[in-house]
Amino acid sequence: MAVSLREYRAKIRSTQSLKKITRAMELIAASRIIKAQQYAAAAAPYARELTRAVSAVATFSDVDHPLTTEKESPTKAAVLVISSDRGLAGAYSSNVLKEAERLTEKLRGEGKKVDFYLAGRKAEAYFTFRQRDFVRSWTGFSDKPSYEEAREIGNTLVEAFNVDESAEEAIDPARAVDELHIVFTRFRSMLTQEPTTIRLLPLEVVEGTEPPDEGELLPLYEFEPSTHEVLDALLPKYVHSRIYYCLLQAAASELAARQKAMKSATDNAEDLIDKYTRIANQARQAGITQEISEVVGGANALADAAGSE
Amino acid sequence: MAGALQIELVAADRVVWSGEASEVIARTSEGDLGVLVDHAPLLSLLVPGVVMIKPVDGAIVQAAVGDGFLSVADNHVSILSEDTWLLEEIDEAEVRHELSEAEANNDDEARHRAEVKLRLLGKAA
Repeated sequence: MAVSLREYRAKIRSTQSLKKITRAMELIAASRIIKAQQYAAAAAPYARELTRAVSAVATFSDVDHPLTTEKESPTKAAVLVISSDRGLAGAYSSNVLKEAERLTEKLRGEGKKVDFYLAGRKAEAYFTFRQRDFVRSWTGFSDKPSYEEAREIGNTLVEAFNVDESAEEAIDPARAVDELHIVFTRFRSMLTQEPTTIRLLPLEVVEGTEPPDEGELLPLYEFEPSTHEVLDALLPKYVHSRIYYCLLQAAASELAARQKAMKSATDNAEDLIDKYTRIANQARQAGITQEISEVVGGANALADAAGSE
Repeated sequence: MAGALQIELVAADRVVWSGEASEVIARTSEGDLGVLVDHAPLLSLLVPGVVMIKPVDGAIVQAAVGDGFLSVADNHVSILSEDTWLLEEIDEAEVRHELSEAEANNDDEARHRAEVKLRLLGKAA
């Protein structure tokens, strides 16, 4: 009896310290979400102005740009998977990876080869463990992405897309792709985050960031030095900004998922502590009862022995 | 003068400066460009350099920008660059450090950024 009482007390103590950890992680995630949302809000003006400018150029010119032109028969697609660096965020990473698998199936069904680009250690581990190839991965910033990372990812992807354009840029033609998809988790609210796929290149409709008001008339811009050059400079920046947007959304989603997971872990720990406390109390009570009956039994035996003499 | 220009100086991850101004001078790919009230709508490419904003009231605002673009429409001027710093945000020692590091790593982009910042400091000193 006394042994199991000790065991349960030890279990209660370890569950309590576990609960402290999960509670701390929950609070940290909660405070970081607010920051992540602030970053997203701070990035909005740039994205908005850039979107305006791109739609202005697109409206006033019929320039064909390699980044906007559909290849006639796309044979190869790049998929950028944005996952997290760390676990303990519930099904966050596996949901993104599932979505990526779905997309891969679909693309392969259309007869396209798929090149993977990965962001986040979880995606990297998933691919490495299955010994599947990926072209490049970036890690170490999943819950706090900076623009630098978005720019680096963007440059790599635009290069792969643009491969036949800039011949002197010696990039392996085997890595050339005809389209680019991003799989990330869209932050809907603190409670819902959905894995989402967007096709970034060739550029098409603008989604996500608020587009300029419908009724607003775009002024007749003059373009300096020329429409084509302006577009040339704008589009890669637009790609960077879109990737940054995706990274920020993913970061907020990751933190929200982690907060939720840690909250339920804390709740479960509380339930466990309750349960163990009950059992421990019962064991303690049983131990006391047994001791009393031993004392009483002993006394009776002595009295009987004394009486019979 | 009728009205003023609404200026937004925006970096990729924040709004660096916004407010009303009477004049903006920026370096575009075609040369230095001054924008006054009622300028024709324009979309132009910025080259790394210095942007000067003369606010309606207050001291002149100077900022270093990287590649980016400038759009003018309806007295609304947006200056967008992925990298933008106000003069007072730049610390010379830090920039020199960045510059030497960039040279050591052969990182052209970082070197370029540091040089632009230094140019701004030189101009302001």
